[in-house]
Amino acid sequence: MRTATARRTPGWVWTISAVAVLVTITLGVCIGAVYITPTNVWTALLGQFAASNPSLSGAQETIIWQLRLPRVLLAFVVGSMLASAGCAYQGTFRNPLADPYLLGVSAGAGLGATLVIVNSNVTKNFYLPVAAFVGAMAAVSLTYFLGRSAISGRSSTALILAGVAVASVLTAGQTLIQQQNTDVLREVYTWILGRLSTSGWNELLMVAPYILICSYVLLRYRRVLDVFAVGDEEAQTMGLPVSRARGAIIVAASLGTAAAVSVTGLIGFVGIIVPHILRLIFGNSYRSLLPLSMIYGGVFLVLADILARTVLAPQEISIGVITALLGAPFFLFVLGSSKSGSIT
Amino acid sequence: MSKLTVKKLRVDLGGKAVISDVSITISLGEWICVIGPNGAGKSSLLKAIAGIVPSSGDMFINDVNLRELSHRDRACWIAYVAQDPIMPPGMTVFNYVLLGRTAHLKMLASESQMDFEVAHFVITELGLEAFLDRDVTTLSGGERQRVAIARALTQASPIVLLDEPTTALDVGYQQEVLELIDRLCKEKKIAVISTMHDLTVAGLYPNELLLLHHGKIYDAGKPDRVLTRENIAEVYGANIEIISTNGMLAVIPVRPQT
Repeated sequence: MRTATARRTPGWVWTISAVAVLVTITLGVCIGAVYITPTNVWTALLGQFAASNPSLSGAQETIIWQLRLPRVLLAFVVGSMLASAGCAYQGTFRNPLADPYLLGVSAGAGLGATLVIVNSNVTKNFYLPVAAFVGAMAAVSLTYFLGRSAISGRSSTALILAGVAVASVLTAGQTLIQQQNTDVLREVYTWILGRLSTSGWNELLMVAPYILICSYVLLRYRRVLDVFAVGDEEAQTMGLPVSRARGAIIVAASLGTAAAVSVTGLIGFVGIIVPHILRLIFGNSYRSLLPLSMIYGGVFLVLADILARTVLAPQEISIGVITALLGAPFFLFVLGSSKSGSIT
Repeated sequence: MSKLTVKKLRVDLGGKAVISDVSITISLGEWICVIGPNGAGKSSLLKAIAGIVPSSGDMFINDVNLRELSHRDRACWIAYVAQDPIMPPGMTVFNYVLLGRTAHLKMLASESQMDFEVAHFVITELGLEAFLDRDVTTLSGGERQRVAIARALTQASPIVLLDEPTTALDVGYQQEVLELIDRLCKEKKIAVISTMHDLTVAGLYPNELLLLHHGKIYDAGKPDRVLTRENIAEVYGANIEIISTNGMLAVIPVRPQT
């Protein structure tokens, strides 16, 4: 007889994932304007052996430590956060298309950032992330408030429609501000399209605490995300305080997204692409989907960043353009395949 | 002996009372079936007892006031299966049944070995071992209903509410599910409140029937008392005959004489 245990993700999946993470991070550090061999990269990273490897120059060491590594790690944590936030939104709203974009989180951050960029009197480096962060949280609160009061929190659809409405209004506001400040249009666009190029250790250290805490909270809720799958009413009769749990998950996912967006700009579709590929392979249980989304969200964005800086080298493409080019067709694919009822 | 007492229950939806002045008492091991025409308030009554639509009136289990309990504590007393339970795509039968343990877990806790064993025990008890790893969306109507009931039983609540457990099923599956509910009432001493569409079937299994009319109790009691020609004509506006053989009732629709 079978033993009474839940189906767990097999161990080899985690082994492969660990290898995938190491390989992508190595590639991310190797590839760029100056190619550095993996051996040299690891020599530099493991520090103490540097002297034993004559082919590693001081310049290379600087490129690895000051340029590539913080950028790759930032791409990893941001990708990880965006994918797990998307995954968490999909779980709480029982909607496979839920994504930070959909709830107005990104639009809110965009408006906040635009306001700072056009207002040349303020110290941009400091206020830009703060404003994006405030905008994102304000947007998701508004979405949550509107969607909840519309029909007392019993349906997922109202919340998502509210998100679309909030996003439209915020985007319109942002466009208006841009039109009146055409001189800074380029700067605003560079931010909106997403960028990792100018990021260093400071940015990484600024967002890492938020992302770590939010990821931890979401991980703790992964069983609850499975309970949401049976619908609000039944989840409640099974003993889940539906509104409270949903509120906590939304706050964690949005806070993490806002932190990510505040340093990298708007990078879309990661929250849809990554969880959905994982769904196709590992099934729909959030117990494994959520941790796997964290891992492969990071892997995905590091790879997308490699593309962004190599396709048109020496020019860099905004990473948001890459994720949108990959993501939009994928979005349509998910939309098509979920018509048969998984949107409820 | 535990007892659920509902007194003067009232449910308002859209400014209109869909349930008013309904009182029910049920002890463990009993099965009460709520009948009534479409729109009489059967589902609303069950949802009100389950605590998922707002209502007023007293609800007690022994001397525990259900209205003062948290969702989780309430779920330890009452389990509920919706008319057409949502079967999450990609979820296995075992994981679905295991969700029933939610009421016994702190929100952020994971299941313990004991929770797995309870789920496994219920699955074995209901003869669903063969389905353990099946995707719940691939089940047939009867299997779905049994799996949903298994989830409710895994919750280990003494009172189970079943909204139209057999409506979508053909006669064979219907019988299978009804026999199962009957056995659970008698062997496991759980109290079941169900709604049902088919009057003949309603006369066959439950201990007691509750006939709802415009949200009020029109009649209640043993099946042979409630299922009368007059009651059905008045509440359903239907012309029927009751045939009784060996203590079993059958409700036969009769065409009006022309």
